[in-house]
Amino acid sequence: MATIQEKQQILIEEFAFFDEWMDKYNHIIEMGKSLPMLPENKKNNDLLVPGCQSKVWLHAEQHEDKIIFSADADAIIAKGIVAMLIDVFSNQPAQEVAAAELKFLEDIGLKDHLSPTRANGLMSMVKQMKYYALAFSA
Amino acid sequence: MAFDVHDIREQFPILNQKVHGKPLVYFDNAATAQKPIAVIKAISDYYLNYNANVHRGVHTLSQRATDAMESVREQVRAHLNAAEAAEIIFTRGITDSINAIAYGLSNTVQKGQNVVITAMEHHSNIVPWQMLCERTGAELRHLPMDEHGELILDRLEVVIDQNTAIVAFNHISNTLGTINPVQKIISQAKKVGAWTLVDGAQSGPHTIVDVQSWDVDFFTLSSHKMYGPTGLGILYGKRERLEAIAPYQGGGEMISTVTLEKSTYAGLPHKFEAGTPHVEGIIGFGAALKFINEIGIESISAHEQSLLEYATKQCSGIKGFRVIGNSKNKASVLSFVIDGVHPYDLGVLLDQQGIAVRTGQHCTQPIMDAFCIEGTVRASFAMYNTFEEIDSFISGLKKAVSMLL
Ligand SMILES: Cc1ncc(COP(=O)(O)O)c(C=O)c1O
Repeated sequence: MATIQEKQQILIEEFAFFDEWMDKYNHIIEMGKSLPMLPENKKNNDLLVPGCQSKVWLHAEQHEDKIIFSADADAIIAKGIVAMLIDVFSNQPAQEVAAAELKFLEDIGLKDHLSPTRANGLMSMVKQMKYYALAFSA
Repeated sequence: MAFDVHDIREQFPILNQKVHGKPLVYFDNAATAQKPIAVIKAISDYYLNYNANVHRGVHTLSQRATDAMESVREQVRAHLNAAEAAEIIFTRGITDSINAIAYGLSNTVQKGQNVVITAMEHHSNIVPWQMLCERTGAELRHLPMDEHGELILDRLEVVIDQNTAIVAFNHISNTLGTINPVQKIISQAKKVGAWTLVDGAQSGPHTIVDVQSWDVDFFTLSSHKMYGPTGLGILYGKRERLEAIAPYQGGGEMISTVTLEKSTYAGLPHKFEAGTPHVEGIIGFGAALKFINEIGIESISAHEQSLLEYATKQCSGIKGFRVIGNSKNKASVLSFVIDGVHPYDLGVLLDQQGIAVRTGQHCTQPIMDAFCIEGTVRASFAMYNTFEEIDSFISGLKKAVSMLL
């Protein structure tokens, strides 16, 4: 099982193929499309990540010492972004998720999405995942 | 002066830049407009040459700043054709203006009365009235709209009745572009003795308003939507109305005498202008008004209308395109959805192509609920926008849709 670090490295290498913004976004969209949907009954308001312009539902559960994330979003780019985060964070030890440093977003050229005031709520997604991880590692 | 969009663009240096490597196309004018050099210069001139607090000093700089500020008050009076300059209040914005009136009515409005708004208000013309109704026990009502985003005027006489204290509505909807029939609504309000407030956020930059011929009680504008600085609003009120209501903020400038026990309020306009005003903003706004009037509001709005028509026509060829708000009488706001695509995704992909639009609910959640949508993409045009920019927008939009569907 790859570590958080290794997962990030894989994503960075994947994105290194793309020079064009369109290709980059097409890839994000593809990732969004391939993320399994949450069942409708799980998409309740309690799971909504605050601070996103689109609706993003994030679910977390603990499996032994690992944390398993699932998510959905009504906008496909938001879903692609959360899919990348799940790829990196899901099925990892909760403590490591809580402590992890995320550098891949910068390296794949999505740095400007990281600003806390960006309406896309990427920061909020990361924060929410870390909250869950902290709660589970307590 | 002939209207020449290329000359106008030169007055807005901010437009001449690239975003994500593409020439900026700024179509978020209903949120805020860009500022011409004349406005920026007026502000820096104030700070470079005559910054001082107003109304307080006998010294020369204070006098110059006071004169500059008061001459803008007169300029606004003339622009709106108000009866006297004292009826022009400087506020922090439309939100602030509406809160001032809604708060000021707290002791006048009573249980058993009602406040009327419409189904297409900005949150800033909803929430202050909800708060007033909570304080007083009055009922909040609204005039409904139809599927085109037009108010259902047949309902006027039912909704606005003998118990209506005030009718507050926007002249032009920031989300739908609908231009509302102000005079019809005001005349029904007058028939039953209700007061009226018109939110002119979106009309300020596009239309000429004559508050006396409308016979409206309160009218409010936002400087930043009219090519002026942020943080400044205009509140016009008829003298007798402004005198009848309580000020909502106390402090310096707004009093005539103060003892430790009790103060008496100053006359208009100062009663509603507690504290040091936004002097630079007021001076900048004066420059913005002058700029607009030199070009001419009619020419500006004619240009914007042709942009709107062109954009609407070009967009209608896009599969799944649905305009939200197709009132017969419409200002330069094009709100739309594309079936199967989330507005947020379109906004992100347009931004990647240098195109700035607004996506989401535009502070009008009830409109989204009425149309059963999550949000829209909104392109809104100003005097400096061009047909070529609309072409870029259309091709950018097509590219975005092809990526998303
Ligand atoms: C119709 C309408 N009303 C009110 C406002 C709020 O104006 P301000 O920013 O001056 O508070 C806006 C702007 O967002 C608006 O479009």
